[in-house]
Amino acid sequence: MASELKIRVNERSWSVSAAPDTPLLYVLSNELMLQGPRFGCGLAQCGSCSVLVNGVETRSCVTPVSAVEGKSVTTLEGLPAWYAAQKKLAETPALHPVQQAMLDEQAVQCGYCYSGMIVKASEFLSKTPRPTEAQIRTAMNGHLCRCGTYPRIIQAVQRAARVMSEVKA
Amino acid sequence: MTLRRDFLKAGGALVIGFHLRDILFAQEGMARGSVAGPPDAKQVDTWLAIHADNTATVYIGFAELGQGNSTALLQVAAEELDLDMSQLKTVRLDTNVTPNQGGTYSSASIQRGGPQVRTAAAEARQALLRLASKKLDASVDRLAVVKGVVSAGGRSVTYGELVGDQPFHLAFTGSAPVKMPAEYKIVATAFPRNDLPDKVSGKYVYMQHVRVPGMLHGRVVRPRGQGAYGAGAKVLALDESSIRNIPGARVLRKGDFVGVVAENEWDAVRAARQLKVTWDTAPSLSGSDGLYDAMRAVKTDDRIVLNRGNAADAIGAAPHKAAHSCRSPYQAHAPFGPNCALADVKPDSALVMCSTQDVYGTRGTMARVLSLPVDKVRVQYYEGSGTYGHSCYDDTAQAAALLSKLAGKPVRLQFMRWDEHGWDNYGPAHVGEVRAAASADGKIVGYEYEGWQHHWSNVETSEQLALGNPAAEWQPNPAMQVNPLCCGGMYDIPNVRLVNHHVPGLGYLKGAWLRSPLDLSFSFASEQAIDQLAFQLKMDPYEFRQRNIKDARWLGVLDAAAKAAQWAPRQAAANLAKASMVTGRGIGMGTHLASYGAAVAEIEVNRETGKVVAKHLYGAVDAGLVVNPGNVESQISGQLVQTASRMFKEEVTFTKTNVTSLDWASYPILRFEECPQVTPVVVQRLNERSTGAGEEVMAAAAGAIANAFFDATGVRMTEFPLTPKRVLAALKRG
Repeated sequence: MASELKIRVNERSWSVSAAPDTPLLYVLSNELMLQGPRFGCGLAQCGSCSVLVNGVETRSCVTPVSAVEGKSVTTLEGLPAWYAAQKKLAETPALHPVQQAMLDEQAVQCGYCYSGMIVKASEFLSKTPRPTEAQIRTAMNGHLCRCGTYPRIIQAVQRAARVMSEVKA
Repeated sequence: MTLRRDFLKAGGALVIGFHLRDILFAQEGMARGSVAGPPDAKQVDTWLAIHADNTATVYIGFAELGQGNSTALLQVAAEELDLDMSQLKTVRLDTNVTPNQGGTYSSASIQRGGPQVRTAAAEARQALLRLASKKLDASVDRLAVVKGVVSAGGRSVTYGELVGDQPFHLAFTGSAPVKMPAEYKIVATAFPRNDLPDKVSGKYVYMQHVRVPGMLHGRVVRPRGQGAYGAGAKVLALDESSIRNIPGARVLRKGDFVGVVAENEWDAVRAARQLKVTWDTAPSLSGSDGLYDAMRAVKTDDRIVLNRGNAADAIGAAPHKAAHSCRSPYQAHAPFGPNCALADVKPDSALVMCSTQDVYGTRGTMARVLSLPVDKVRVQYYEGSGTYGHSCYDDTAQAAALLSKLAGKPVRLQFMRWDEHGWDNYGPAHVGEVRAAASADGKIVGYEYEGWQHHWSNVETSEQLALGNPAAEWQPNPAMQVNPLCCGGMYDIPNVRLVNHHVPGLGYLKGAWLRSPLDLSFSFASEQAIDQLAFQLKMDPYEFRQRNIKDARWLGVLDAAAKAAQWAPRQAAANLAKASMVTGRGIGMGTHLASYGAAVAEIEVNRETGKVVAKHLYGAVDAGLVVNPGNVESQISGQLVQTASRMFKEEVTFTKTNVTSLDWASYPILRFEECPQVTPVVVQRLNERSTGAGEEVMAAAAGAIANAFFDATGVRMTEFPLTPKRVLAALKRG
């Protein structure tokens, strides 16, 4: 059973006991006890389980844990540090600007989809710092929200983009 | 690296929490939770406790479902207690701890719960002031309170010093005077939600996160997609050797209820997928295509909901008439994260953690399923993903409990996506026939609505499969019948007849309340008929409605929605374009049970592809006194988007044997690229009692969208969702 697999998550190394073909999501939830990535569909349809793998948004529910060996995984919990490293900030903020913007817009309802939403929006803004609304909609289109909070998420991403453009290292 | 695991004894199980506040919740629960509830609602101590550090805990019987009621109800308490919001906290719902205020449905938290919390807090404050009066040697009317500090004549004492952590031992009479709305400082403000910081940081403990030591992971094994309610699913053969390659997993079975458990979650998932079961899946359904004919053909139980004047005669004699028959499908709750529950069943007691809307209701059915006395079952609430009504939370709780009983260990059970989509209690399908007529001077003179639908199913699949408990339906109640507040009730009509045809649910899909139950269907049919009368009279549809409404609050929301949309008068479908892309706008009214809702829709129709997109939706709600206008704006926005999803996308499909819409590909919902702009409008009425706001504008929006389609195309849609295929067929018919 013990696979002795080593993975790097949120800038820490972990020894994993799960079988190599186990989807990364179950390792993050049950071995690393992380609460960000969540089971939504198990089919890569909804974005609930999204994490960053080497900075690229990835559905952890269909990604075997062995596939991320030697790569850097970032979950919702690791986003502030990931952001600080990218921006070369002296200190890690409590929240990534996207997280703060979701609060400022009071965007969240049940919040279950927000881990994936925040991960995706963070990835997107790291590549597209001054997005148009249409670009935001296209980038986020693979993430579903059943509560219907899309309009406020769009506003929050716009707000985060403004804040991030003013941050200097 | 060590994991941060905080173990805590709670209700007989060790709960691993991930978050300090959560552990405090559980410790609070322990102090009070030694006996089965509900605690005595006639005691002030049941509702709140004042602590030595001058903070307070409020015990609330309503579930936070993502709507923000856990913030709003604290605002109500803070206002009456003269405490700051930072001095208040609440605890997890728990049948050993929190009062029984009934279920968190029908948008009841603020409507029913607000007055209870308000009067309990006022009564506590009155008692505190009596104590302070003695302590400070000053009469009560000379006392001033700021943030729990009572002062008079230069001396002061805190609530905490007066009663710190001691019970009040005071009867809750409900007689203490409450503040007047003009005095409100905290109520009627958009206080930020207290659950959001942890929800964005990842610290919030959803049901799906809860783990206990020694537990097993469980999954159910069922046919992919339910057949008819009551038909069950019979196991013909089960081959345990089919999972021999997964040694960690084992099969548990009771009757036709089959599940697998494993220490490792992935083993349970794989085993459930791989286990070979041969099911008896005899055709038990009409199939989606034959649904509406079957509903109309069956013998129904008929009730007159309202009969005023003589509608048939009035319609017969009037110069302008509108009549049509409309149809709408089963739609799914489809929580974004499938339901999850954790049960620890012992021979003589059970602890069940789940995402129920009603901990006491679930405790009752759980006792039935486990053959335990009610007071030996403890149910604790953990928020799951948004439920929008009776999704599979009870079914998962029962399945977890059945597996725990069979395994002799705690079992955490999560539904897979196909379980949740395929075994839901769907929002019922509906057939509505409406006839309406107006006089030459534009007054509605007669109105008839006949509706065909089921009642709610009240036996969960797990207990039906395990115990053979026969399927049954709820007794009739207003929430599942033709709703006058969507069917002409906002208009001043002298002759009205509303008839409810109850279609027996056995032999159809399992059904229950889905956010604003049936109201979208009612308004889709009814508001199009009203619009059609305006069209025949060559009147602007907003002005036509104004002319036919007497009630100031219905007029108020109608005007608020029209104003937000900058409505300019013109007749509908007056500017039909030949272009492939056409636009339209429509107005609609309707609400759930007690509030007032109006909406305007601006849509775009591609006449070549049949694709319809809402560009902007405006929704106005009058829910009386709105405790937290920010929350209600958020609720209105969500309702508008969810209505667009239900009107354009959502439809449960099924063959004669089973449901076939089992995931987000086969049951699509609205996405970012199709999402309308939304403008929520809260019509604040400080001096009116609070009514619901969580599902009160969806009906109006459904009507507005349908009417916008007519404005754009000159064609009336009589069935939703407005999918490209259906739209193209309607445009072709003309």
